[in-house]
Amino acid sequence: MTEKHPFVDIRHAQKAYGDLEVLKDINLTVERGEIVAIIGPSGSGKSTLLRAINDLDPLSSGEVILDGTQVNKTLPHRQYEKHINQMRQHIGMVFQHFNLFPHLTVRENVTMAPKLLKGISAAEADKLAEEQLAHVGLLERIDYYPSQLSGGQKQRVAIARALAMKPKLMLFDEATSALDPELVEEVNLVMKKLAEEHMTMIIVTHEMDFAASVCDRVIFMDGGVVVEEGPPSVVFKNPTQDRTKEFLRKHLSQYAESAN
Amino acid sequence: MDIDLILRVYPYFLEAAVVTIELSVLTILLGLICGALGAAARLSRFKTLRFLGAAYVSLFRGTPALIQIFLLYFGGPQIGIQLDAFEAGVIALGVNIGAYMTETMRGAIIAIDHGQTEAARTLGLSRAQAFRKVVLPQALRLMIRPLGVNINAQIKGTALVAAISVVELTYTAQRYIGSTYKPFEMFLLAGVLYLIIITVTGKVISFLDRRVRLP
Ligand SMILES: Nc1ncnc2c1ncn2[C@@H]1O[C@H](COP(=O)(O)OP(=O)(O)OP(=O)(O)O)[C@@H](O)[C@H]1O
Ligand SMILES: [Mg+2]
Repeated sequence: MTEKHPFVDIRHAQKAYGDLEVLKDINLTVERGEIVAIIGPSGSGKSTLLRAINDLDPLSSGEVILDGTQVNKTLPHRQYEKHINQMRQHIGMVFQHFNLFPHLTVRENVTMAPKLLKGISAAEADKLAEEQLAHVGLLERIDYYPSQLSGGQKQRVAIARALAMKPKLMLFDEATSALDPELVEEVNLVMKKLAEEHMTMIIVTHEMDFAASVCDRVIFMDGGVVVEEGPPSVVFKNPTQDRTKEFLRKHLSQYAESAN
Repeated sequence: MDIDLILRVYPYFLEAAVVTIELSVLTILLGLICGALGAAARLSRFKTLRFLGAAYVSLFRGTPALIQIFLLYFGGPQIGIQLDAFEAGVIALGVNIGAYMTETMRGAIIAIDHGQTEAARTLGLSRAQAFRKVVLPQALRLMIRPLGVNINAQIKGTALVAAISVVELTYTAQRYIGSTYKPFEMFLLAGVLYLIIITVTGKVISFLDRRVRLP
């Protein structure tokens, strides 16, 4: 299949909270299978942009198009709800604080949405849960409750839960920021595995090493604009913008040392 | 203390206790229904419903339950509402406790982290599905104990309908004092029966709470 349009196409994304303009005319495209990191200082609008992609935080103006279909359509309430629920099934999202459902077992966390939205049978659901949990290395925790898992395990279940809907696109908002340092790696490994499987991913992260080793492209945001973007080798080693250089000086100490 | 007297009258008190239990059960059921509707209104997308919910809560929590009972029972006929004392008592007390239950239920629902709804919506669940499958099951667990507090208050609150001559425990105690002149024995007996009803109810609520508690 030939594609003329980009897989994810964000056009003139603008978002304001009252007088505060959080996103200022952002244009961004992501190709199928591409892995994009979004980096930038706190408050630069990374989460807002990511959450605009599945319309969790609707844009003030601009368009988000996924695989040829506009996500943030203006429609009457009922029609919009139907449309957005459909679109979101294709867009997986992983949150900083996991947001697992504490009243459901790991298995039920993974299968609730597919059972409800795709009408799969109990047997199919069990198979799906086993498949997805094996994928993130947590099959043996299938009948545990979220409270009985470590942070890293919770996040891996959250990833499995998102993947169980077979999304076309995965969004990660600082998926490892809430984790103890020793638990970060297990989540990174799962994300690397997804990368190898060519999942299209947009990853907001403050882990520069991870961005450098896994992502095809790095987007540096500051003050609601994309200041600089390019392959990690370029953005991290030869940034052209002063703001990027300053940000990297603060956040890239080891990388900078090894580059010297 | 006149033990013989107590032994003689206690069967009548047991009958009255059954009426108190009936009153409790009916008013609590009505209260739960009013509470669920009130909470739904308070949390609605629609401003008018939110306003109506808030008005319900402040009116019924802002006036004495006794006035509400009198208003319905004595004032009702004036505007064409004819109810017997038991019916008026159930309706007035049920709607009254419903206002408290509205706030209890609403509190439990808004206590559920918004991230839960976000995660559900992100998976493609509708607002209603997210509420039914994710928020409500957690909120219900959270509201058992505080509803237990409302229920405890309501069981004691049924004593108010003695004022409109419903033959429940408190009224019965008063009536027997009229003929026996032994208020200590009569109120003690009524008190013990209230205590039993409330203790058993409390145990049931604790049991339910433990039953549904998450690991
Ligand atoms: N609901 C809101 N109401 C008002 N302002 C908001 C809201 N959400 C975010 N903001 C503001 O928008 C700006 C961008 O926030 P955003 O969360 O997108 O930043 P971020 O780049 O993800 O930061 P961080 O690295 O700290 O997560 C911030 O100035 C923030 O205070
Ligand atoms: Mg953020």
